[in-house]
Amino acid sequence: MSPNLTFASDEAVYPNVASSSETSSVASPASIAANEILTVQNLSKIFGPKLERAADMLRQGLGRNEIFQQTGNMVAVDNVSLGVRAGEIFVIMGLSGSGKSTLVRLLNRLIEPTSGKVVLEGRDIAPMSTPELREVRRKKMAMVFQSFALLPNRTVIENVAYGLEVAGLKKTERYEVARKALVRVGLGSYEKLYPGELSGGMQQRVGLARALAVNPAVLLMDEAFSALDPLIRFEMQNELLRLQKEEQRTVVFISHDIEEAIKIGGRVGVMKDGRLVQVGTPAELIQTPADEYVRNFFRNVDISRFLKASSLLTKIEKGLFLCDTGASSERYLNQLIDSGVDCGYVCDESGRYQGSVTPASLRHCGKGPIRDALLRDIATVSPDADLHDLSSIALRQAHDVPVVDTAGKLAGVVSCRTILKQVMERRAG
Amino acid sequence: MNSSFIGQAAEHAVNFLFLHFRGGFDTFSAALDAVIKLLQDGLGAIPFAVMLIGFVAIALWRKSIVFAAFVGIAILTIHYMGLWAQTVSTLALVIAATFFSLLIGIPLGIWGARNGRAEVVLRSLLDFMQTMPAFVYLIPAVILFGLGRVPAVIATIVFAMPPVVRLTTLGIKQVREELMEAGRSFGSTDSQLLWKIQLPNALPSIMAGINQTIMMALSMVVVASMIGAGGLGEYVLSGIQRLDIGIGFEGGLGVVLLAIILDRITESFGVKSAKKRAKVKAQMSKGSAVTTQETTQTQS
Repeated sequence: MSPNLTFASDEAVYPNVASSSETSSVASPASIAANEILTVQNLSKIFGPKLERAADMLRQGLGRNEIFQQTGNMVAVDNVSLGVRAGEIFVIMGLSGSGKSTLVRLLNRLIEPTSGKVVLEGRDIAPMSTPELREVRRKKMAMVFQSFALLPNRTVIENVAYGLEVAGLKKTERYEVARKALVRVGLGSYEKLYPGELSGGMQQRVGLARALAVNPAVLLMDEAFSALDPLIRFEMQNELLRLQKEEQRTVVFISHDIEEAIKIGGRVGVMKDGRLVQVGTPAELIQTPADEYVRNFFRNVDISRFLKASSLLTKIEKGLFLCDTGASSERYLNQLIDSGVDCGYVCDESGRYQGSVTPASLRHCGKGPIRDALLRDIATVSPDADLHDLSSIALRQAHDVPVVDTAGKLAGVVSCRTILKQVMERRAG
Repeated sequence: MNSSFIGQAAEHAVNFLFLHFRGGFDTFSAALDAVIKLLQDGLGAIPFAVMLIGFVAIALWRKSIVFAAFVGIAILTIHYMGLWAQTVSTLALVIAATFFSLLIGIPLGIWGARNGRAEVVLRSLLDFMQTMPAFVYLIPAVILFGLGRVPAVIATIVFAMPPVVRLTTLGIKQVREELMEAGRSFGSTDSQLLWKIQLPNALPSIMAGINQTIMMALSMVVVASMIGAGGLGEYVLSGIQRLDIGIGFEGGLGVVLLAIILDRITESFGVKSAKKRAKVKAQMSKGSAVTTQETTQTQS
């Protein structure tokens, strides 16, 4: 089967994709936001024989399949623009073949870009001369590789010191820095071993230390944990988060694993067929996916952490009583029965939530003040409560869960039915 | 018997070289002869006992006590057969030829690994050099350099060079792409990539090439005795001329023993010293044991 056939089905999504990437993604090509340390503008990479023609076709807006069919050129990265903020972990996520590994290599020009800019700390890397580029690689960017890529003939400390060695540091100086980097990744006593004598997780710690040793402005991690077994991967993710807490380093992290992306990513960019489909926080991607492709990523993921009460609540149209809590219950009994709902919500004149009532509680109270009719066992949640908290509370009580904001106002309610619906919809995908 | 056009062309080429570059060849010949003489005299001046102990010590260092014992017995056997002087002379020729083979061959191999077109040219040239019968080299060598050890060494250089060129190219090309990528990503220059990543990682392959080159040099040096190289080959040759089985066998045995000694020792340099690694590991575990002890003490 030719690759074109697989792409053909995606064509229909393109217009949609293009518009969403314009709106939701990233720095507009014209300007660079103040806190952006690395800005990528209209970056493209085309592999193959007829570069000029393919680049023209790309500029004319032709799709990747058409270009491949007509020229035999592969568009690996298609007009990607994004901004990485200082101190954040920016995850670029996509399936294999989506161009993410090519994209990260365009950032330090291990692969030469066909067109576009890569602006690091105000300087465009794309047109740099070889010596300039070498300086950037030595001082500003360091990379961690999926396959670790440690030099097997060198000991751990010699590997970690490699970047400093090519930069021309003296042996004692570079070993001192390398030793500190090793201690930081928890391998202080392993410096004399060879990489082959370490486990996979330890090898990647060495890889991480080697990158940290040059104290880069931007750390590029290309599927750095993908080759590790699940337990070690989990441990390394935590290790990265721990290091990130100690020093806010800017990290561009490539991953195909959505759970990894939402765990470590401050923001996540989703790539598909060489394009950046959507950029946002994990919660944004889950709540407002740009298309089916993005939505599908989350199909098998426990997203309860990212679904918030604020996005699940329904506004109360019937059975909302704005009154003094001293008012007589009797008045509201008929209103509640007439409205046909089985639960009413009482707020004071300024809109602050006081409690919930049912026909039964109102009837029981008779002519007494409504405050005596308020149900005692109703718990409320804040709009930030996640699906997990929400469902545990909803299951415990017989009535819908009121969502109360920080000002004490009633934002709406979440019913068990809504929660169930959300969960089922995601499962069915 | 007359050769065809092809043979005549080769003859003309050699004659042309001989006529027009004779001075160059003479100078080169004199220089090479001086180097070989220095090596032969130098090695010859070392007392037998010192050489014996030296070889056994190297065998013990690189390999095992068993191999060291073998080396001791082999050298004593050669000495007993009265062939030690010839062996040293052959060894000097092998060392000289190998030295120049490597001096030319390793850079050629590096060039081949870095330049696709160079590799294509080199490959056909090496095929030619390797498959051309060894005796054939002796003819132009004699015409250009006369008889003696210089043409012998030159014919040997040509014959013995291909393996190290090929295996250097192969070794460098087999260095994993991600190691090169890592090297580049940390800002290595091309020469840093070569010296710090390509050559160290190609070393086992290059060492195998050196080993093969030495073996081929040894076999060629024996053949080259026909043009007056001297050494063990001369002894074998006289065995052939006199149809003397005893002399032929003794000379041949000397070559075999020398070959085994050189092969095993040079081969051992291709493999990382296992002993050294084990030592580091032992130190490591000792070191970490101390640290754990310390931490438990501070905890209590």
